[in-house]
Amino acid sequence: MKFLRKRIDKIKPHFEEGGRFYFLHSVFDGFETFLYVPDHVTKKGAHIRDAIDMKRTMIIVVAALAPAILFGIYNTGLQHFIATGQEQDFWPMIVYGLMKVIPLIAVSYIVGLGIEFAFAQIRKHEINEGFLVSGMLIPLIVPADTPLWMLALATAFAVIIGKEVFGGTGMNILNPALTARAFLFFAYPSWMSGDKVWVSGMMNGEGIIDGYSGATLLAQSAAGAGEFVNGLGEKIGHMEMFIGTIPGSVGETSVLAILIGAIILLVSGIGSWRIMLSTLVGGVLMGLLLNAFAVNPAMEVPWFEHLMIGGFAFGLVFMATDPVTAAQTNRGKYIYGFLIGFLAILIRVLNPAYPEGMMLAILLMNVFAPLIDHMVVQQNIKKRLKRSVSSVKS
Amino acid sequence: MLSGKHLKLLTDPINKNNPITVQVLGICSALAVTVKLEPAVVMSLSVIFVMSMSNVVISLLRNTIPKRIRIIVQLVVVAALVIIVDQFLKAYVFDVSKQLSVFVGLIITNCIIMGRLEAFALANSPGKSFLDGVGNGAGYGAILIIVAFFRELFGSGTIWNIQVIPQSFYDIGYANNGLMILPPMALVVVGIIIWVQRARNRELIEE
Repeated sequence: MKFLRKRIDKIKPHFEEGGRFYFLHSVFDGFETFLYVPDHVTKKGAHIRDAIDMKRTMIIVVAALAPAILFGIYNTGLQHFIATGQEQDFWPMIVYGLMKVIPLIAVSYIVGLGIEFAFAQIRKHEINEGFLVSGMLIPLIVPADTPLWMLALATAFAVIIGKEVFGGTGMNILNPALTARAFLFFAYPSWMSGDKVWVSGMMNGEGIIDGYSGATLLAQSAAGAGEFVNGLGEKIGHMEMFIGTIPGSVGETSVLAILIGAIILLVSGIGSWRIMLSTLVGGVLMGLLLNAFAVNPAMEVPWFEHLMIGGFAFGLVFMATDPVTAAQTNRGKYIYGFLIGFLAILIRVLNPAYPEGMMLAILLMNVFAPLIDHMVVQQNIKKRLKRSVSSVKS
Repeated sequence: MLSGKHLKLLTDPINKNNPITVQVLGICSALAVTVKLEPAVVMSLSVIFVMSMSNVVISLLRNTIPKRIRIIVQLVVVAALVIIVDQFLKAYVFDVSKQLSVFVGLIITNCIIMGRLEAFALANSPGKSFLDGVGNGAGYGAILIIVAFFRELFGSGTIWNIQVIPQSFYDIGYANNGLMILPPMALVVVGIIIWVQRARNRELIEE
């Protein structure tokens, strides 16, 4: 490690003011602070020292995503081999999954970071860490067979229109990863919805066995199927929904893997438990409400199954808790989370055109988050004004 | 032929004082009619006609209109012109007229037209008002045509209904962008035009 430090110190002067590569100084700075805790100190004003900076925060979120990524790789292979009717061992599944998922991750990072670096150079900013997490989230919320150029385009759209036009990391109104997914969903619906996209290899029909159906559970629920079946027509149990061996986007199927991530986020204090809890409550409540007034099979889907299918768990843990786009006040977080859960199940069940409501619910509440915060703050001001006025009177 | 001052009336609204990208007026129709290039061009020509003619008429009447009912007079003039345009389109380009449907009628409520009548025609001579009307109509049309060009190219793969993206692209996996056909993308494209314009022309950047 000492060797690395020495090398960095040796080339550092070239990137400082007056050096040969000064124009690349933000790139150098980005890499240096990625490897070592920076030696910059705040020059004026009061400040609190915290052991954790933004890069560590982001890396912890990526670590929390690791179980979902690993399971996604396995599940991509598993679903493919089930659909093609091949009996395979564990390792070929992993290899197949890796071949599908690694390019997605690579494209997302190369395009996104490329744009971030370019913007940092043009605007003479430091490079921000925000994309470390977004770049990992984007491949996890798309189907494994998404064409790479579409993913690249969506990533570019999300980073430029969703983030950089507002001023970069920390200024964005919408969650960049969900912006990318929404772009794909509306721009290329035939690659992002339907019965064929969720199982790798089905789009181009490579050796799919007769009668196999790749419909997700949400699609089945929207179509009004009484009970959930897998592609071969066998009933899917609750255990399979929980473990996640069902068709879906790469990283969102396994509630188990997402729960491990949630624990990492909660223990480290990076994800807000208020948002997670209130989103859960909102979803459960809406599920119960729809169950109570059920008139069709979609509304009869039990409330606890709603929590396990589709992207609800993934959105709850990794998307709703995004500290930039969520509400900032504590009471605001409860309202924000509750409405996400509530709306997600509402859209999911009552609007068959959008079988997955989680993405739309979170994006909608992202837009409303500043309003919620404003309301909470104003309410507090009013309350305290009242108190001071009444104490003056008495 | 035109003196510098008169030329400025014509060219200013196209870039420096563009009704859509600088004054941010008339956005609604810019979203609605820009899915394809053809209706966008027809719409632009209609707006240029209505705007220049109504500017001239109001300018001629400007000393006789009582101040308190001027908006009604303006509306009558604009509505009459819009009906002429509507009938003309129905007679000669029926297909496009069907595509534009209600938006031709809605030219009456186009904020740019009322804005120019109020701000310019009521205070200037007919000749100048005519140039101002043509200039603002052209500024509006220019943005409409740019937006429609990109939306039609990426949304449908065509320009003026002629296939320009070759079939071989589709064969290797290219696909039309469905978002381009939806109205929100028009807003994003207008936003990008505003961004590019202000990056090139720094004096337009507001504090």
